[in-house]
Amino acid sequence: MINTSLKQLAALLGEKKISSVELTQVYLDRIATLNPELNAFITLNEAVSLADARAADARIAAGNAAPLTGIPLAHKDIFCADGWRTTCGSRMLENFIAPYDAHVVSQCKAAGMVTLGKTNMDEFAMGSSNETSYYGAVKNPWDKRAVPGGSSGGSAAAVAARLAPVATGTDTGGSIRQPAALTGITGLKPTYGVVSRYGMIAFASSLDQAGPMAKSAEDCALLMNVMAGYDERDSTSLERPAEDYTRDLDRPLAGLRIGLPREYFAEGLSADVAAAVDAALAEYRKLGATTVDISLPNTKLSIPVYYVLAPAEASSNLSRFDGVRYGYRAPEYGDLTDMYEKSRAQGFGTEVKRRIMIGTYVLSHGYYDAYYMQAQKIRRLIAQDFAEAFRQCDIIMGPTSPDTAFDFGDKSGDPVAMYLSDIYTIAVNLAGLPGMSVPCGTGSNGRPVGLQLIGNYFSEAKMLGVAHQYQLATDWHTRMPENI
Amino acid sequence: MQWEIVVGLEVHTQLSTSSKIFSGSSTAFGAAPNTQANAVDIALPGVLPVLNRGAVERAIQLGLAINAHISRRSVFARKNYFYPDLPKGYQISQMELPVVEGGSLTIQVGETEKTIRITRAHLEEDAGKSMHGDFHGMTGIDLNRAGTPLLEIVSEPDMRGSAEAVAYAKTLHSLVVWLGICDGNMQEGSFRCDANVSVRPMGSTELGTRCEIKNLNSFRFLERAIEYEARRQIEINEDGGTIRQETRLYDPDRDETRTMRSKEDAHDYRYFPDPDLLPLVISEEWIERTRAAMPELPVAMRERFIGQYAIPAYDAGVLTGSKATAVYFEQLVAAVGGEAKLCANWIMGELSAALNRHELDIAQSPVGVAQLAMLIRRIGDGTLSGKLAKEVFEALWQGEGEVDAIIDARGLKQVSDVGAIEAMVDQVLAANPNQVAEYRAGKEKMFGYLIGQAMKAMKGKANPQQLNEILLRKLS
Repeated sequence: MINTSLKQLAALLGEKKISSVELTQVYLDRIATLNPELNAFITLNEAVSLADARAADARIAAGNAAPLTGIPLAHKDIFCADGWRTTCGSRMLENFIAPYDAHVVSQCKAAGMVTLGKTNMDEFAMGSSNETSYYGAVKNPWDKRAVPGGSSGGSAAAVAARLAPVATGTDTGGSIRQPAALTGITGLKPTYGVVSRYGMIAFASSLDQAGPMAKSAEDCALLMNVMAGYDERDSTSLERPAEDYTRDLDRPLAGLRIGLPREYFAEGLSADVAAAVDAALAEYRKLGATTVDISLPNTKLSIPVYYVLAPAEASSNLSRFDGVRYGYRAPEYGDLTDMYEKSRAQGFGTEVKRRIMIGTYVLSHGYYDAYYMQAQKIRRLIAQDFAEAFRQCDIIMGPTSPDTAFDFGDKSGDPVAMYLSDIYTIAVNLAGLPGMSVPCGTGSNGRPVGLQLIGNYFSEAKMLGVAHQYQLATDWHTRMPENI
Repeated sequence: MQWEIVVGLEVHTQLSTSSKIFSGSSTAFGAAPNTQANAVDIALPGVLPVLNRGAVERAIQLGLAINAHISRRSVFARKNYFYPDLPKGYQISQMELPVVEGGSLTIQVGETEKTIRITRAHLEEDAGKSMHGDFHGMTGIDLNRAGTPLLEIVSEPDMRGSAEAVAYAKTLHSLVVWLGICDGNMQEGSFRCDANVSVRPMGSTELGTRCEIKNLNSFRFLERAIEYEARRQIEINEDGGTIRQETRLYDPDRDETRTMRSKEDAHDYRYFPDPDLLPLVISEEWIERTRAAMPELPVAMRERFIGQYAIPAYDAGVLTGSKATAVYFEQLVAAVGGEAKLCANWIMGELSAALNRHELDIAQSPVGVAQLAMLIRRIGDGTLSGKLAKEVFEALWQGEGEVDAIIDARGLKQVSDVGAIEAMVDQVLAANPNQVAEYRAGKEKMFGYLIGQAMKAMKGKANPQQLNEILLRKLS
């Protein structure tokens, strides 16, 4: 059951071979057994999950089920869900019960899906290893000494360990793709503006984008059909006709031109990852695709640009966490300024404070032009690199992450080393393009490797098809960690 | 030394939209605290702003009315600072690219006209309200006002002294009310002025160091604050001191301004474009649609009044001082069926004096258009003298009924019967032989005395013109 695809689960539910309550209970039982060690979930509420499931069963019985009605899913704890504690991985929101649903959550509810719980994440999505979570790090189900990646590490580990059939994530600089790669699952970051950000706690508004995390591209496509769509409450949401993201799943790959950015196969890429990616590319050639060498010359600038822009936006976005209306307030303080300082000093973790300080600095009078404005200019150059590349190819491929999952503590003391682990994913957010990670092998340490797919704007359906065709020919996506 | 006072104004006008600038909550004034603050207004995690197009339309109207440039593309920016009544920790405003740029407003000070340049007008959201000490020594926060749309209209330092500043503020106030983009209610804070005041030696072309006086919410306070502040700066200069650039507050109880914060402790607001909002793009078509829906502007209406009603420019200016007055005038002329100058006189004279006495707006006038029209008609047909008409007007104001009923009840009908007037004149001449003799000896002043006696004898009801003619005839 736990390895069954969403399509098959939906069929079983539709034929009433299994009820949503039974299916939900399967996952709740696995969570009860495995989560205490994996720490993939921050908040669970069995009663609410089962009530969702009973409602789904009633809907199925009434004959008005949607394609994913009755299927349980896990939400990253960055999405507000009415009545659910929503922490964003921070002490700041330890006791915050959201009074409303994020657009993504309400879309899933409207589709009849069952909320299994809220998954762990780096604090305010700032991190690549899940080690910045106030609720403790998530363990990688493939090797508990290893990080699951971040910031959507809880969602990634939950799907990898089959604690949830599917999950939502968010990606600001690689936060869906990198943990997907490190835990051997499939994840999609859509084009900026395709999924509404309403109710998703903002990290860096111009980069944040929600997407599905699942066992396969096909499952991602089905969840995209639920998550995506115009929402008037998000001014950056794109008003486009609804799409069926499964429409290109069966499209053959003959004639597909795959661009290989030379900057993604250069120094810094581990041999294990390079070998697995090469093997995946060989498979694609067998399926009829051709490869072409391309260049994304400004790739190396993406990290410094990102670490100017994302903290700048974050420093402002996180100002609302001031201890005045909700969230953490220091138990003792003197005057108003002291209340702000103590509440924020105690409520935020080290990495969040580091980024607030960087962001405050780069926006300061006298530094704004040198940092923020300059970074915006380079951001446009990075987007132009991709536009140029897509004249020569239909899709770009390369590694998602330079290495397989690293061990806890390996990089947590060295922020720059940690930031560099997102070298292949960050440029995609800066350009607003869709990106995916698809499992394509394991390293010599047995930890998974992800193949990254980067498509042109709004080419999600095509990318999902390209990934699905590979998954029809290989079995990496069906493998699950043993001895969890 | 002679000093020149230089003033520039920043006026915050609250736009008359029914919902907030970035959320759907109501902007109505006076609701119980925090009952008009939704998830967006209190800045819950994850919420996003959506721009109210009605606020943009009002900004376009102002821009068109002051002949300004409407930016085809303007940008919302975040102004970052911490304060408990600012829920997001930043205010959404416009910094580098405002929606309205360049424009002007012509003001009238005494007999002279002056054009004041307007630098820019930008859209922004209001903050909430802190109520200090209201809760057992703690501060309460009311977020009802948070997110209310404001249009901040910034002038060039073109005003010289408080009289011009007040004239500008009043003209702008009347314009935004005229356009219907602001209710103009100053007590409720719908129209608030910040004044930038500096002084310089008369004849100098360089600007002195300025001080900004915040939150002046009446024309009187604006006037007093500028006068006090200019005096303070002149004294410092004359004592050989230097003015420090700072933000000051006006205290109406003590009639003085005092330091709020100096330039050194000014915030670094870390402005940057708000990534939650796309640049505001205004199409030609949107501008034209807005223009077509705008009322006739005061300047155009003034010109039309001069031509159409053949009234003096001064009268046309006064009558178009507010839209309600202009409407009253046009309705009155229509109801009377002409007599435009007489109508103008009555509005500018008796009616406005009475309104001022009772601190009423013309829209609240107890004497309606139809009543005043009837009164004017009764002057035209000779039933009432101007003097008696004033008495009838007073009775109308007191609600004593309709014009003819008042005339009958009070016996105010003018006497135009030649025989009756002649008889009375004869009696007066007979009773005052000395005065008649003096008049005939060349003391013309005595004519007025005799008229007065006759009028008094007829209880003021004699047709003055006829009385004049008869007395003149009898004396010659």
